[in-house]
Parts: sequence; C-alpha cells; structure tokens
Amino acid sequence: MSIEFDNNMPIYIQIMNYIKKEIVIGNLKAGDKIPAVRELALELQINPNTVQRTFQELERDGIVETKRGLGRYVTSEESKIMEIKKEMAGDLLGRFIQGMQELGFANNDIVTIVAQAVNEEDKE
Amino acid sequence: MESVLQLTNVTKSYRGKKALDNVSFTLSPGKIIGLLGSNGSGKSTIMKLAAGLIQPASGTVTIGGQLVGRETRAVTSFMPDQPLTESWMRVENAIQYYNDFFTDFDAAKANEMLTFMKLNKTDRISTLSKGMNERLQLTLTLSRNAKLYLLDEPIGGVDPVARAKILDAIVNYYNEESSMLVSTHLVHDIERIFDEVIFIREGKIVLQDEVENIRITHGKSIDEMFKGVFGE
Repeated sequence: MSIEFDNNMPIYIQIMNYIKKEIVIGNLKAGDKIPAVRELALELQINPNTVQRTFQELERDGIVETKRGLGRYVTSEESKIMEIKKEMAGDLLGRFIQGMQELGFANNDIVTIVAQAVNEEDKE
Repeated sequence: MESVLQLTNVTKSYRGKKALDNVSFTLSPGKIIGLLGSNGSGKSTIMKLAAGLIQPASGTVTIGGQLVGRETRAVTSFMPDQPLTESWMRVENAIQYYNDFFTDFDAAKANEMLTFMKLNKTDRISTLSKGMNERLQLTLTLSRNAKLYLLDEPIGGVDPVARAKILDAIVNYYNEESSMLVSTHLVHDIERIFDEVIFIREGKIVLQDEVENIRITHGKSIDEMFKGVFGE
C-alpha cells in the first residue's frame, strides 16, 4: 500500500479515500481482512492514532467491521460497496460539472460533449 | 484524563533574557506531540525543565501530577541534542551503561531495535556517522519503559535516509500508554507522526492544536502553518 499524501488535507480522510478506492476497484474484496493499526501506521509512516481514527470512521460508515479478537474486515454487504462506488462517482461528476460550468458550458452542451467523448473512446 | 506533563505559568531566564515567558500547557497520554519553533525559541529549555535538569524561576512543572524531581526523572526518558554516551564506548557498552543506570531499561527491546536500526554491537561510537549515532541515541531512549519520552531535535542534521529510519522507529517502538514530546524545526518531514503540535516563539506558546484539526480548519499543512507563524 502506498499513498502520496497531501499534507494540506487531513491524513485520515486521505487514507479513508484510499481504502474506499481499493474496495471499489476490487483490490480489497468484501470480507477481506484489513491491516492492523500498527502495521499500516508503519507502512505509511504516520501516527498510529491517525490510522485508528481512519478505521473508526470507516466503521461508523459501515465500510469495515470489527470481529472481536480477529481484527477488522471489509464489510461483506455488496450493497454497501455499490454505495461507495456511486458516492465516489458522484464526487468525480460533481467536480467535473462544476469545472465545465466555470468554463462557460451550458448543461446541455456538457451532455453533448461527454457523449461525443465517450463515442470517440469506444472507436479507439 | 490525567495529564502526563503539565507546565503552569512557567518562566525561566538566562542572564536576564527570558527563555520562557509564562508558559502553560498540558500533554495527555498516548500522544506524540511536536514542539515546534525556530532556534532559540525556548524548545530546549522546555525539554530540560521536563527532564528535571533545570528548575523554573517561577511556575510549576509536573509529570503525572508530581513536581519534577527524582521520582519524575525515573519515569522520563530524555534524548538530549548532545549524546550522553562516551566516545570510547562500543554500541554494546552504551547498551550496558543504560541497562545499569536505568531500572526501566528493556534490554530485549534494545536488541530488537539495534537490528531494526542496522547497528552493530561491536561498532565504536567514535566511528559512527551522525545519522547512525542518532539511531543509537534513539534506541537507548526508546528502550526505557518510561511514561514520558523527550526527544530534542532527533532528526536535526541527518540525511533523509536516516531521517526516515528514525521516524519509522518512533512509530514502531513508541509505547501507547506514554507520551512523546518531540522538538524540531524541520516540520515537513515529521508532521505526519504527530497527534498535536505546540508552536513556541520567543518563549511564548502561540498555538497548541491537533494536527488534523489544523488541516481541517486552515486547509494547510503544519509546515505551511509553521512558516506562516514564523516567517519573516
């Protein structure tokens, strides 16, 4: 696991996003065990309390579960994983649309441009 | 929660110049705290006060609720910016020296850390590079089972490789029931291992906060925040 951290953003949020992405793209699968706090802290060279916080937040969001005495696991609910996927796609789209609007494109133009780009991609 | 280290209205002067001016702060257990300030800001004075090497002119310094003295020195592990080891020693002598001197010294942990740090027991301290010497000092300091660890400029003047190794060792070997106060002016390389930071300027505390809170509130790294506060 390696993350290029941006020190301007909370570190725990960056690790949360990284783990969510690993789940969405399938590197971490439903029911997989996730690393222990100390192990991940050492690997990422960060404070163990920051990793602890990351895991607590992921737990609160229902993305990981603690099995008493066994450690932490990725949720086995596929619907939860779909939800994360939609949420991440939503974030990307939101940023894209905002960027296009700032460039002066109207909403229907944006749709046309995206449709064209997707078509081009298909031909290649 | 009980505080590990508490300074209350501490003032200390050297030759009429105030090194610390009415300083108060509290460290809670289980945290790694960065004490950040430029040279001459009062960082080392705080370290020496907490280590019980000097006394405040006014105010109080307590560790685990006790005034700093013989009892608190027994639970405080201090890594000064100048090594305590003698140059004639070999690494194994330094370990033995600490083992004889401190009842809370964990020789098994020290041996494990020596391997981690790639230090040879038979090497003479006088032949160690600055980076290797820092690794040894850190090994000696963290091998005690203390309540409070004080690291004064642990990464000052060492190359990036040694620096990374020292940070790894701090993350790997610090004990969660204790606290660690780390003074430095090199913020960028080390800010990710802190829970909290204290900024000190001209003997006064200008900020104490959780690092993630600073990033959330200001959208800035600790390094940028530091430069903002201390920049000319």
